[in-house]
Amino acid sequence: MSIVETPLRRAVRAQRRAHRARTTTITLVLVAVTFALFVGTMMIGSYVLSPWEVIGSAFRLTDDPSVDFIVLDLRLPTAATALGSGLALGVAGLVFQRLLANPLASPDFVGISGGASLFAVSAILFTGWGAVTTSAMALLGALLASIAIYLLAWRGGITGYRFILVGIGLSQLFTALTGYVIARADLNDAREAMTWLVGSVGSAGPFELRTLLVAVAVLLPVAFVLSRRLGALELGDDAASALGVRVERSRLGLLALSVVLVALATAAAGPLSFVALIAGPIAVRLVGNAASLPAAAFVGAIIVLTADLVAQHALPVALPTGVVTGAVGAPYLIWLLATVNREGRGG
Amino acid sequence: MTATVQRLQHVEAPTPRHRSTVGLGLGALVLLGVLAVVMFVSITIGARGVGLHTIWTAFTDYDPSSAEQTVIRELRVPRTLLGLLVGAGLGLAGALLQGVTRNPLADPGIMGINMGAAAGIVVAVMLFDGISQSTSVWVGFAGAGVATVVVYGVASFGREGATPVKLALAGAAVSASLYSVTTGVTMSDLQALNELRFWQVGSLSGRYLPVLSQTWPFLVAGIAVALLMGRSLNGLALGDDLAVALGQRVRLTRVVVFVTVALLGGAATAACGPIVFVGLVVPHIARALCGPDYRWILPYTFLLSPIILLCADVLGRVLVSPSELQVGVVLGVVGAPAFILLVRRKDLAQL
Repeated sequence: MSIVETPLRRAVRAQRRAHRARTTTITLVLVAVTFALFVGTMMIGSYVLSPWEVIGSAFRLTDDPSVDFIVLDLRLPTAATALGSGLALGVAGLVFQRLLANPLASPDFVGISGGASLFAVSAILFTGWGAVTTSAMALLGALLASIAIYLLAWRGGITGYRFILVGIGLSQLFTALTGYVIARADLNDAREAMTWLVGSVGSAGPFELRTLLVAVAVLLPVAFVLSRRLGALELGDDAASALGVRVERSRLGLLALSVVLVALATAAAGPLSFVALIAGPIAVRLVGNAASLPAAAFVGAIIVLTADLVAQHALPVALPTGVVTGAVGAPYLIWLLATVNREGRGG
Repeated sequence: MTATVQRLQHVEAPTPRHRSTVGLGLGALVLLGVLAVVMFVSITIGARGVGLHTIWTAFTDYDPSSAEQTVIRELRVPRTLLGLLVGAGLGLAGALLQGVTRNPLADPGIMGINMGAAAGIVVAVMLFDGISQSTSVWVGFAGAGVATVVVYGVASFGREGATPVKLALAGAAVSASLYSVTTGVTMSDLQALNELRFWQVGSLSGRYLPVLSQTWPFLVAGIAVALLMGRSLNGLALGDDLAVALGQRVRLTRVVVFVTVALLGGAATAACGPIVFVGLVVPHIARALCGPDYRWILPYTFLLSPIILLCADVLGRVLVSPSELQVGVVLGVVGAPAFILLVRRKDLAQL
């Protein structure tokens, strides 16, 4: 039986095409905005540069030593950290939210950032071996925390419900221990640790930055490829295995991927609160669920870049980036909580 | 045939374990004794050992020149009383919340109420220079009240009301935002940061006597109201419809409970900083001991919570003597496994 071209089929196809075109357009707009902000944060400062100077210098097109110094040595590391951590947090947050089937289950709240914080703060206060150790420890902490949560929530499988609650319990434990470590320390070290805890994109060293950017370049495409499986997993475990997805393995892979992204972003910029939480729902609202991962990455980057601009230039005193994301995140969060719960998706 | 009868007798549903009033009363007396012992230990153990005799003379025949007696009067006894009141307050706040929300994971710490009080106090201290301790208690109440309303209100949107996950997530989220506000505010002031980092982990140390004298009226009042709520909570446990049919004013009960919780959470936080897990775990222990009747759960919680808080405090003093581990840290370490066990239990107590 040949396929008949009915008006309905045509309408459905036209609809799909329109949707895809819209998704592509919006994602491209997000990319453009991200790029504009990335260039923009490097233009502003005590010495204002033109966009062409910034682009020319950042991409090694021109050769002007004074501009190169300002752009490459002073402003590019911060901007690149903001970009990288934003992309990583946006993707990781959305993967968590979709895997755990709860729009509020971002890695900030379920103990991953808490584990990273505890280990990084301990490294700052006890080893004094510098930034490399701090990032390595943040990575280790996030990995250990997520393994602990995964194992403790395991009972013949993982449910989002248990994972979230176990994560919240552990994150309280990490908070208590972090507080203890800070209370024990010498005052100046404690200040350094607390600054780190708020999160700032200006503090990343070259090593963490390079690790983060490499990881983002490698893992983001992997995440985009895996997002089909994510869609299948969202149908429920039974439906997903009926579709030929190996449920536990896919879930573990996706979780591991986002944990690594969160850990590296945390290592570079500290636990920037709310970015992972906010980026996902905004992206889903813009482009719908199916194609939301790339959009979430760029929304995350836009949030961190904007927060950095505001924190550095718009306020009377320069503040750590995390204060701005926290302050903007809180009201949005309340609104988000209210809407998702009204729609019955809160858990 | 006989075999069937015997089998039937075997599978006969176990009658719900009946706990006699006398038994429960005796149990409460035993707990009271334990509490007395723990309080005694809390007063005597420390960098400077003291005996019963010294404690007695410190109050009957005070000799200001004796260092031991001064330690007792100024430090140990106020600290122990503070632990008693704060522990009882937090435990009862948790029991009330679990009863009124009918949610086994409700707790002033998990729900962000203590963090609300903490944020209120920190912001007030930073913005208005030289705010007095007594004013900061009120700000703590305000913060706790706002956090309670926001978290519970937001979590109970939707058809199924405030489910455990929604409540815990709303609490975690609100705590996280309050935490970043608190930290952001304190970053600018080194001195405040120095004081705050001790207070923020939850500790009984510091200036006991002034703290005690400013917060005890609120804690005692809150505890008294909480202990009287047993009948109303029993009514709510039947469901709103039935409670209304039995002649209860459900809305009034809710308001009274939430105000009491904010009062207890705010005062406890103002005194000791945000302490988690006491309000969560202790009511479950009490429930396991004495069944679902809130007229017993509340007094048992009232006795058990200070026992646990003071034990944690003593443990913190003994473990790393001569310095000390803050009570909030000990409770965090001990409480997290308890919380996870609670979550993993298949039959998470239905309230």
